[in-house]
Amino acid sequence: MTDSEMMQKSILYRKHVLTYIKHANAGHTGGSLSCVDILNVLYNRILRVTPQTFTDPQRDYFIQSKGHSVEALYVVLADLGFFPESDLMTLCRRGSHYVGHPTRKVRGIEHNTGALGHGLSFSAGVALAGKKDKAGYKVYTLLGDGELTEGSNWEALLTASHSQLDNLVAIVDYNRLQITGWTKDVCDTDPLEAKFAAFGWSVRRIDGHSIPALTQTLRAAPFEKNKPSMVIAHTVKGKGVSFIENNFKWHHHVPTEAEYVQAIGELDQALADVVKKAKKSR
Amino acid sequence: MGNLKLGKSNLEVFSETLMVLAEKDKDIIAVTSDSRGSGKLVPFGERFPDQIVEIGIAEQNMVGVAAGLASRGKKVFVVSPASFLISRAIEQIKNDVCYADFPVKLVGISAGVSYGALGSTHHSLHDIAALRAVHNISIIVPADNFETRESIRLSAGMEHPVYIRFGKKAIEHLHSPDAVFKAGKAIVVREGGDVAFIATGETVVQAVLAAERLERAGISTRVVSMHTVKPLDGDAVLETARKCRALITVEEHLVHGGLGEACAGHLMQAGVSLPFKIVGMRDEYTVTGSQSDIFEANGITGTGLSETAMQLLPRA
Repeated sequence: MTDSEMMQKSILYRKHVLTYIKHANAGHTGGSLSCVDILNVLYNRILRVTPQTFTDPQRDYFIQSKGHSVEALYVVLADLGFFPESDLMTLCRRGSHYVGHPTRKVRGIEHNTGALGHGLSFSAGVALAGKKDKAGYKVYTLLGDGELTEGSNWEALLTASHSQLDNLVAIVDYNRLQITGWTKDVCDTDPLEAKFAAFGWSVRRIDGHSIPALTQTLRAAPFEKNKPSMVIAHTVKGKGVSFIENNFKWHHHVPTEAEYVQAIGELDQALADVVKKAKKSR
Repeated sequence: MGNLKLGKSNLEVFSETLMVLAEKDKDIIAVTSDSRGSGKLVPFGERFPDQIVEIGIAEQNMVGVAAGLASRGKKVFVVSPASFLISRAIEQIKNDVCYADFPVKLVGISAGVSYGALGSTHHSLHDIAALRAVHNISIIVPADNFETRESIRLSAGMEHPVYIRFGKKAIEHLHSPDAVFKAGKAIVVREGGDVAFIATGETVVQAVLAAERLERAGISTRVVSMHTVKPLDGDAVLETARKCRALITVEEHLVHGGLGEACAGHLMQAGVSLPFKIVGMRDEYTVTGSQSDIFEANGITGTGLSETAMQLLPRA
């Protein structure tokens, strides 16, 4: 896929996220929209995992620590064929495996997350097993910036650097918002880069919506031998829809019919613009 | 003590058993929180340096890492003082281990009041209650060296989470060499028909001592080692209630939420009623002293338990 095709895919993913959240009348809209490009690049360009190789111990592993953004993950996994997309019509419905946070009952999902501050420790354990078994796989985990106030993350950061887990790559979806408001107002965790570096990680800071930047950076991991890699991906919560962007009220707000129509209209326009631009440059 | 012969500490037996298992199986991994000394795992670490993971004093992370290792097929024994392991890491235990169903073996060392005079920060009198309320974990509290060895061996092959907790003092042998250990299946230590003790862990010895005293007074006493508190051997509870006129449960745990309430709940729901007493640590500040001092203060001695039985029997 070209970068332009990847951008088009991200827009389609965003449309699907909104569709399923609206259908379920539940979901984490802002955070799902902010991490779409990260998941898109991971699953379509980086991770060595497919529905067919999902049970292969040598596959790459992805653990979504910020489990509340599961709708984005479901949409990407469905697109890759891990399960039929129609399954998502059961999202949050009684008896469905498609819970409002990831569970292993859904094919493609490695770990049950949702309580915050858990994914990095688990990922470090998977990476450590890889080192012990001299396996070639890598482990990727997506953290929310809001969840970084959980102390367990910092314990896990220590284990990863102490154990020289250069097969571990963490990405912070740095959208600077959480349910109450701006993270800097709730409990400021900045400067993150210096903190992660002080904890022994090799850190890069990128535009988390740039397909080329995400691709180039994630392909470059490990950034340093014997060090775990940290990507601070600058994102916009609610990315792609004007009235959802940077508005903490959309943390888990479900669009009304009118909001949905407007949002889809904006995304369709964005899609048309990307396609037009691609045609022009050809 | 009484007619019972003193064995090793269950802690020692645990570490020896883990060494034997690790020798044959390279997937056995011990995960510690600066607790290899307390867990008697220094020789293990020296012999199997690739099979021990030192996390440092960070129990939440320790359990999360353990779940990750277990997800890759490692047979992970998390070895940490029971008090800190079950309090500090309860969310990781609930989510990363039990909800996600990775077969981590949580080993709570220095459990109950075995830290004695070090005080309440180090006591775990809540761990069984906490984990009884978490779905998908077995709770095993071995009484002696035999039960410890067998539960550790068994747990290595378990496909679901398990919590095993024990103390660190040398403990008397309870079982004959032909005893059989099965998770979820209580062991009748001695038969009797007047009064019964259903006990767990290091209190079983005290129940046996009480039974010896009661026998001398002509009271026939049944003693059951309920090593698996969850899933509870409900059949053994009902059988004991049928055979005896009064029933006393004994545990090194607060009187709330542990073995006693599990037995009471089972009896009530089966419609069985008999004079019944839960003996454990009272819901109050724990007296300062050794494990034996604290046992004595709470009536968990041969004398204390036999007195409890004498008080209960006239109500039968």
